[in-house]
Amino acid sequence: MRNTILSSVAAVALSATGALADGTITIITSFPDSMTGPIEAAFEAAHPEYDLEVLNKKTSAGVKFIQEISGENTADIFWASAPDAFEVLKADGLLADVSIQSEGIPDKIGAYPLNDPDGKYYGFAGAGYGIMWNERYLQANDLQPATEWADLASAEYHGHVGMSAPSRSGTTHLTVETLLQGEGWDNGWAEWKRIAGNFRTVTERSFGVPDGVNTGNFGLGIVIDFFGFSSKASGFPVDFAYPTVTALVPANVGVVSNAPNEEGAVAFIEYLLTPEGQTVLLDPAIMRLPINPATYANAPEGFPNPFEDSTIGATVQFDVAKSGARYNLVNSMFDVMITYRLDDLREAVGALHKAEARYAETGNAEAKALIDEAWALIDANPIDEAKSLDADFAGIFTKKRKKATDEVGERQAEIEQRWDAFVLENYAKATELANKAAAM
Amino acid sequence: MSLTSSPDGQRPGLADRLPSWLVPNLSGLHLVAVMIALLLIGLLLVPVAQVMIVAFQDPATGAATLQNFMDFFGSALFRESFWNSFYVSAMSVVVATAIALPLAYITTRFHFSGSILIQSLGFIPLIMPPFVGAVAMQLIFGRNGTVNLWLRDTFGISIPFMDGLNGVILVQSIHYFPFILINLSASLRNIDRSMEEAAQNLGSHGMRLFRRIVFPLAMPGYIAGAALVFIKVFDDLGTPLLLNVNNMLAPQAFLRISSIGISDPMGYVISVILVVFSVLSLWASFLFMRGKDYATVQKGGGGMAKRTLKPAEKALAYGTVIFILLLVLSPHIGLLLLSFGTIWSFAPLPDGYTLQNYITMWEGSKTFIMNTVLYAGIAATLDVIIGTAIAYIVIRTNIFGRKALDYLATAALAVPGVVLGIGYLRTFHQFDVPFTGEPMASWWVIIALALMIRRLPYALRACTAALQQVSLALEEAAESLGATKRRTIQKIVVPLMTGGILAGFVTSFATAAVELSATIMLVSSNNDAPLAYGIYLFMQTPSGRGAGAALGIVAVIVVAIGTIASQFIIERDKKLKASSGDH
Repeated sequence: MRNTILSSVAAVALSATGALADGTITIITSFPDSMTGPIEAAFEAAHPEYDLEVLNKKTSAGVKFIQEISGENTADIFWASAPDAFEVLKADGLLADVSIQSEGIPDKIGAYPLNDPDGKYYGFAGAGYGIMWNERYLQANDLQPATEWADLASAEYHGHVGMSAPSRSGTTHLTVETLLQGEGWDNGWAEWKRIAGNFRTVTERSFGVPDGVNTGNFGLGIVIDFFGFSSKASGFPVDFAYPTVTALVPANVGVVSNAPNEEGAVAFIEYLLTPEGQTVLLDPAIMRLPINPATYANAPEGFPNPFEDSTIGATVQFDVAKSGARYNLVNSMFDVMITYRLDDLREAVGALHKAEARYAETGNAEAKALIDEAWALIDANPIDEAKSLDADFAGIFTKKRKKATDEVGERQAEIEQRWDAFVLENYAKATELANKAAAM
Repeated sequence: MSLTSSPDGQRPGLADRLPSWLVPNLSGLHLVAVMIALLLIGLLLVPVAQVMIVAFQDPATGAATLQNFMDFFGSALFRESFWNSFYVSAMSVVVATAIALPLAYITTRFHFSGSILIQSLGFIPLIMPPFVGAVAMQLIFGRNGTVNLWLRDTFGISIPFMDGLNGVILVQSIHYFPFILINLSASLRNIDRSMEEAAQNLGSHGMRLFRRIVFPLAMPGYIAGAALVFIKVFDDLGTPLLLNVNNMLAPQAFLRISSIGISDPMGYVISVILVVFSVLSLWASFLFMRGKDYATVQKGGGGMAKRTLKPAEKALAYGTVIFILLLVLSPHIGLLLLSFGTIWSFAPLPDGYTLQNYITMWEGSKTFIMNTVLYAGIAATLDVIIGTAIAYIVIRTNIFGRKALDYLATAALAVPGVVLGIGYLRTFHQFDVPFTGEPMASWWVIIALALMIRRLPYALRACTAALQQVSLALEEAAESLGATKRRTIQKIVVPLMTGGILAGFVTSFATAAVELSATIMLVSSNNDAPLAYGIYLFMQTPSGRGAGAALGIVAVIVVAIGTIASQFIIERDKKLKASSGDH
């Protein structure tokens, strides 16, 4: 009910385009209308002197937009989930130094520091990654919900899982990197490829995953928590769980350099951190974890509280510097090994599941050897962790030229083609071995 | 521009002594031609060049190089994407033909009640944003959509309509087949009855008559439509993205250009290849048409002989038409169900029905609707003005470079929306809007101009066709009675072209109203956002799907009313002309 009232207030606020406002605050955000609307309405009610202009873009497109317009900036605030996107903007010097006053906000959520140590951006809500599933779909396919990442790799989920690509969605990148940091580089990638072997699809937008689960296009999705909570709150037959290895990370907000209305931008961020601002996060259409522990007193029954339930997101100490250093490289590896070669990977993993089922009946040792060899081929990585953190190598994927004379040794296209050939051959060979093992 | 101010040959002196090519004789029409050329260069060539140039730069040094193109062809993934794009485009033409051919044939060939209805309904798929169509088709034909759930319950089978490339082909064919239908129907109607009668006298009938006489004569229209479908599918981004098909050229370009931080030149290389390939296909279709001029000098009678169907044939014809209409309107049916549905999840139909989605939509989207009418209105008005001017210059004058104007305006067809969007951001960010001082790239007029350029080819084709049907003799008569060129155009040419101009306006308006790919890059504030963007926003949240669908339905209805109204006006116009010709 409150939602309808709030959104109609938002609609009124939208139609009365700031005739009386003495300051327009322009916000670039990846958050959907259903989230920005109630917050905008609440903020404008508390600060009638300001008028919010909200511009919705995908995280990556938003970063690109701010980079493109930096010559003559018109944006005041960048507001998005992924800390990595803020790291990119910060590295380009596109975020301003501002001082934000707030009360009762802790330094950390889970194991993750809430604010940028250099004060360029601030956390305002928490979010963790997990698995969302469609009850009707699972029932029709006789499946149980998966609660751990490793579960998703088991044979029964073949063709039932969906995920977005990290290069497309900042939040998905965090999920990928969390597992890589939590399980180690080689094990992490192996796990991703085994899970990806069960993928139905790799969606282009992060919202494509909850959408696919909601419609029942696939049964399980790897999503950020609020997609699960808000889908459930909208009435879809879905549910959500946090696996053990997950990171709670803050969703962030920062002021763009040379903002036309810096004062208004600061006022908005400070409002977000007030108890009233934090309470809006519990709106059924938003459902993000507030970062003010006191706000949880108003939370609905069963809503997770990371400040009391220490099992959520405590396992992984997320290293932002490491993630930032190889950001584009990890995206590129995921796309080359998984997104663009999903059909080949799925075929190989499917064949292996069949071979393993057959082995469980026969116990043939020779078949077991072939199966292990095939898994090793799928798990094989084109580069090791040290190489991924080698600044020169990772630099090939960012192409940020400091000077015109800077020469990069290899081109991204060359490396991607080499990786592509590598995984394609491995997947083909793995399929062949698995088929051989299944025939024994 | 100051050169153009001298009136024809009136000024003695310096100008006379200079070689004539230095001081050309410029009439009003020349002036218009120059202005249009400048407009096209500024709004099309320069922005596109801004994007394409990156493809020719060494990413490390910025020096000119062709290395990026060698990398493109050296990559297995890109070769595969190229092949996939080609395959999907070709198959879409085949499937779209299979949809359009029976409809065109039945309506032009037989006395068939409801022909007008088919011709109008056949236009409707075009006016839905393809990405919205894809959402609805997923719900109906998807892996767990209505049709497959039913098939699985009843027969235990499922058909992968929407898996991978199949899905793209299906959605694209249903979306773009009207291009073939419209062009094919027009040329079938223009076939001279006497050709057919001659063939019948010589003993040809049935399929042979169709294959040897009717289809070849209808070829120019068919090729024009098929080439359009091919190019649009080749360039289209929204559909493959929404269906999560990555291994095609346009998505590859978009994925690479819009990724965070990456300034990988490959995205730009793909843009260049998309543009070049589209220009080539367009050119190939022109070449093909040039060799085949089937225009018949003497008109034997309007269109082919119409036959009355026997009862059994009638049943067959109705069956075919109803089946095809159900298929091509399935996105709309799906959207309608979604807009009235409560929750639709893993079920053949929504769980329940409600009006809430329309209430939510109405509260939040008046701005989107107003903006759309404004932008698409500006774009379509400018399109028909410029289109008429270009058509007149190309057909009726011998101004130097007039063909170039035509090609340049048509080339907009070959520029993917994303490329144009990025180009506009790059080009117009350096300039400020007069008086307000904000950058032009974030000014809403730019969105209208981008739509204008994107839809100009449609309006131009319609205006050219209309002008070709206006007899030169009428203009000569007016001029010999003392009317100036300007007055002749105003009082004779434009009024006679009304039908065609209106058709051009509607096509431009309808398709501009649902355009997303260029606008998604250019919208800089939700208050400036058009309808398609609004639908996109709604569809990004679990609770907003129904409301987004409701907004989609509103878009379809608004545009459909416009289309049907203009159909009536055109028909009436034709009748008026026909009856005045009788006297």
